[in-house]
Amino acid sequence: MPFQCGCRSLSFAFVFGFLLIFGPALCSGQFSGSAVSASSALSIPQAQIIQPGDLSRILHSRGSAKPLVLQVGSRVMFEQAHIPGAQYAGPGSQPAGLESLAAKVVSLPKDAFVVLYCGCCPWNRCPNVGPAFNQLRQSGFVNVKVLYIASNFGDDWVNKGYSVEKGN
Amino acid sequence: MKKAISLTLVLCACALVFCSPARLPARGSLVHKRAPAFVRRDLSGNRIRLSAYRGKVVLLNFWATWCAPCRLELPRFAAWQRKYKQQGLQVIAISMDDDAEPVRALVRSFALDFPVVMGDAAIGERYGGVLGLPITFLVARDGTIAARLEGESQSVDMEEKLEQLLAQP
Repeated sequence: MPFQCGCRSLSFAFVFGFLLIFGPALCSGQFSGSAVSASSALSIPQAQIIQPGDLSRILHSRGSAKPLVLQVGSRVMFEQAHIPGAQYAGPGSQPAGLESLAAKVVSLPKDAFVVLYCGCCPWNRCPNVGPAFNQLRQSGFVNVKVLYIASNFGDDWVNKGYSVEKGN
Repeated sequence: MKKAISLTLVLCACALVFCSPARLPARGSLVHKRAPAFVRRDLSGNRIRLSAYRGKVVLLNFWATWCAPCRLELPRFAAWQRKYKQQGLQVIAISMDDDAEPVRALVRSFALDFPVVMGDAAIGERYGGVLGLPITFLVARDGTIAARLEGESQSVDMEEKLEQLLAQP
């Protein structure tokens, strides 16, 4: 009997804890099984995502091939701070931004190493990286990575101490 | 039973850590300091000078048209502008869009009845770096920043803070 009681308590604790942790996400549909929009950052395959620390190491390492880093968010935010060497392409959620992105890569070989980033909003709310990534993949680029920015560029890049540049 | 209680406590702690909403405030260096002054033209061409609102509580919101959480907040701010106008609330929205046209369209479609100005890197830097959206500053009647709210804020929390500020002379 005591054993049964313990099992029940453990089960209760597990279910209670699970609901506490994942309840809000389940309610908001994040894990509800509903189809992820093709334009959502959540649709980007895990293998195509690069972490801030990994990108920083690549940018600072000698000898390794450097990617073309393109910011696909706001120009105002780019001017305040951006990844050294990055170029501004424009918001991927808008036609003008996608046109600008196409122009940035038009002369590149399809196997060029390209890294896209935005950082305007939390990853699951970013409207820009998904469309930009999809456009490059559909254009035949096979070595495109997207920088994973969990919250925003300020918190996940600048405040983490990774190097930045200002201006155009 | 003790194991169950311990497990529950651990899971609750994890829930608090991983499921917390917008951080209040994340970069608090400007909190309790005077709000950086600015003078801008709004979309209607009116001159908006922050210092002219001294004596009012100002909700200063940095946003962009393509920012989904921002679009959720703006109608709420418009409702608060109407609700608390007599008590001295003034909402001012600073768009971080690259161009004014989509901003004008959204202001029309949302029927926003508070000043909306176009931002730039200079104003972003003066406010500690606007490197994520939305960001909202609550400015007290004496012109000091009372709160900096980053990310989509919990409306109840923000409204409570606003009411506290509005209740102050």
